[in-house]
Amino acid sequence: MQILIYGYGNPGRQDDGLGIRLAERLEEWSTLKGLECVSFENNYQLNIEDAEAISNQDLVIFADASEEEIDDFCFSKVDGKGKLSFTTHAASPGYIVKLCNELFQKEPRVYLLHIKGYEWEFKEEISPRALVNLDRAIDYLKPILEDPSFALETPGQLKAC
Amino acid sequence: MSQKITIEPVTRVEGHGKVTIHLDDNNNVAESRLHIVEFRGFERFVQGRPYWEAPVLVQRLCGICPVSHHLAAAKAIDVLVGAGTGDGLTPTGEKMRRLMHYGQMFQSHALHFFHLVSPDLLFGIDADPAIRNVIGVALEHKDLAVQGVMMRKFGQEVIRATAGKKIHGTGAIPGGINKHLSPEDKDLFLNGPELQNIAKMLEWSQSIMEFFKNYYEKNQSFIDDFATFPSNHLSLVRKDGAMDLYHGVLRAVDSEGKKILDDVDYQDYEQYIEEEVRSWSYMKFPYLKSLGKEKGWYRVGPLARLNTCDFIPTPLAQAEYEQYKAVTHGKPNNHCLHYHYARLIELLHSAEMMEELLNDPDLMEGELVVKGEKVNKGIGLLEAPRGTLFHHYEINEDDQLTQANLIVSTTNNNEPMNQSVNYVAHSWMDGKQEITEPMMNAVEVAIRAYDPCLSCATHALGKMPLDVSLYDAEGNLLDRKVDSID
Repeated sequence: MQILIYGYGNPGRQDDGLGIRLAERLEEWSTLKGLECVSFENNYQLNIEDAEAISNQDLVIFADASEEEIDDFCFSKVDGKGKLSFTTHAASPGYIVKLCNELFQKEPRVYLLHIKGYEWEFKEEISPRALVNLDRAIDYLKPILEDPSFALETPGQLKAC
Repeated sequence: MSQKITIEPVTRVEGHGKVTIHLDDNNNVAESRLHIVEFRGFERFVQGRPYWEAPVLVQRLCGICPVSHHLAAAKAIDVLVGAGTGDGLTPTGEKMRRLMHYGQMFQSHALHFFHLVSPDLLFGIDADPAIRNVIGVALEHKDLAVQGVMMRKFGQEVIRATAGKKIHGTGAIPGGINKHLSPEDKDLFLNGPELQNIAKMLEWSQSIMEFFKNYYEKNQSFIDDFATFPSNHLSLVRKDGAMDLYHGVLRAVDSEGKKILDDVDYQDYEQYIEEEVRSWSYMKFPYLKSLGKEKGWYRVGPLARLNTCDFIPTPLAQAEYEQYKAVTHGKPNNHCLHYHYARLIELLHSAEMMEELLNDPDLMEGELVVKGEKVNKGIGLLEAPRGTLFHHYEINEDDQLTQANLIVSTTNNNEPMNQSVNYVAHSWMDGKQEITEPMMNAVEVAIRAYDPCLSCATHALGKMPLDVSLYDAEGNLLDRKVDSID
């Protein structure tokens, strides 16, 4: 099984960098664990070429900062069936999945990890409250990466938004 | 009852913007405005930081065109460290930066045409919005959509190979570049898989050029008549008049082609350009001092660049340029939708430039950095995908930045975009009893021609990308519709 962890956001805007920080920390952990099937990617935002990038994966987990009314983080399935709205500044995960399905005839399982953020100024530092949420999200993902077939096929494992 | 219709933000442009169209009692357009939120806070933020951090810091501004900000800042810092004004670097330093820049230009232009503009051309601007998007293109013209994806990917890979990484790249440093092109990357770009090498990029650039010209032949009146109005045009050109997207002198021409800025040194830009503040907009309105606020505004970007330059120094793009110039009998082109035509010629030019650079041995060896005597003021300009980008920095004796002024491409196009919105609003909405989706989209088509970057620099989930509000003459909200990204 090929797994891609894809964090996106602007790390120069405080908590907007939560997704990228998650990918960086999990990559360090994954290297120590020797998880060869897991790869990592990050960028400022999702864009059209990511449809090709996810087409070769079995499982994709996008990670992004969130301003939604959630406690700490949540984990949702992305199926590309939702209504699609697009600016090139912020192509949504659903849009990327839909594009992947249509252009490359591939249907990887895709999930989105929403990590609650609070501060968005021109700073590198993630806020203390958001760091707590980041730690919880990382702890949640580790067992999934170690045994993805078990965890992701059990609906109860999803931390719904 | 007079009405105020708000489209916020404009879909399928970079970032966030809002259009208000005021109707009078007869449903004629009384006034229209494009409102853009500009983050001036960044210029204060960099004050007190060491100057050498600027090329990395500025990438926090925008996740859309960080490479352009990275290179414009690096050019300004070159001046500060006495490394010359853009042409004083080592051959390796300058050529690596140029490769990075043309990679950025290539991926940006490809993205804009294939995935933002082609839906309007293929389906018509009055087509159902459910179809008129890139998913619609993917379903009916899969080859085009795949080309767009792979061209964008190629440009992004060139950026990775030259800037070091996708986020907060560090390639350009004061006085040069921090590495050579690796043999592996050179081989990948020249001899990589079939859909991922420079030969294929050149082939696709030519084929999309033919696609557009064929479309233009069948839809000439639409392309020629949509939001056409005279303007001045400004860009960098090489000292011999050639198109040069990385470095040159500042040239401006009027709508008839008369030079109104005659190849001046951009270190002196403050002598020629001023920015006006208007009470209703957060974004300034630049103009040429010599012509004043009313007549001194100008366009930048692909349309302007093809109006200011005398020729294009690569053969395939030059051949297209000659055909393009024939359309307006050698005179400046003032057709709004010809931005797309000009952009595709630049796409082809960028592919040719990348091929030339990838075969240049200077990328693989040679000195990377030059040093000189430090001064306290440096200005860096380049032609970003959307137009001329100005970075201006000053430092104190402790090497701290004391002042920064940025004029981004979209700011330079502020007045022309407003003119285009106004033109379209009158053409499509005067005397109408109902505001339809095609009318709304016509406004957006006019703005999209400029490929504006209205970036808000953050994009966290939960933002609402489309907010349509309707007000009466007293400012009371009559209706509001909100659409959100899934």
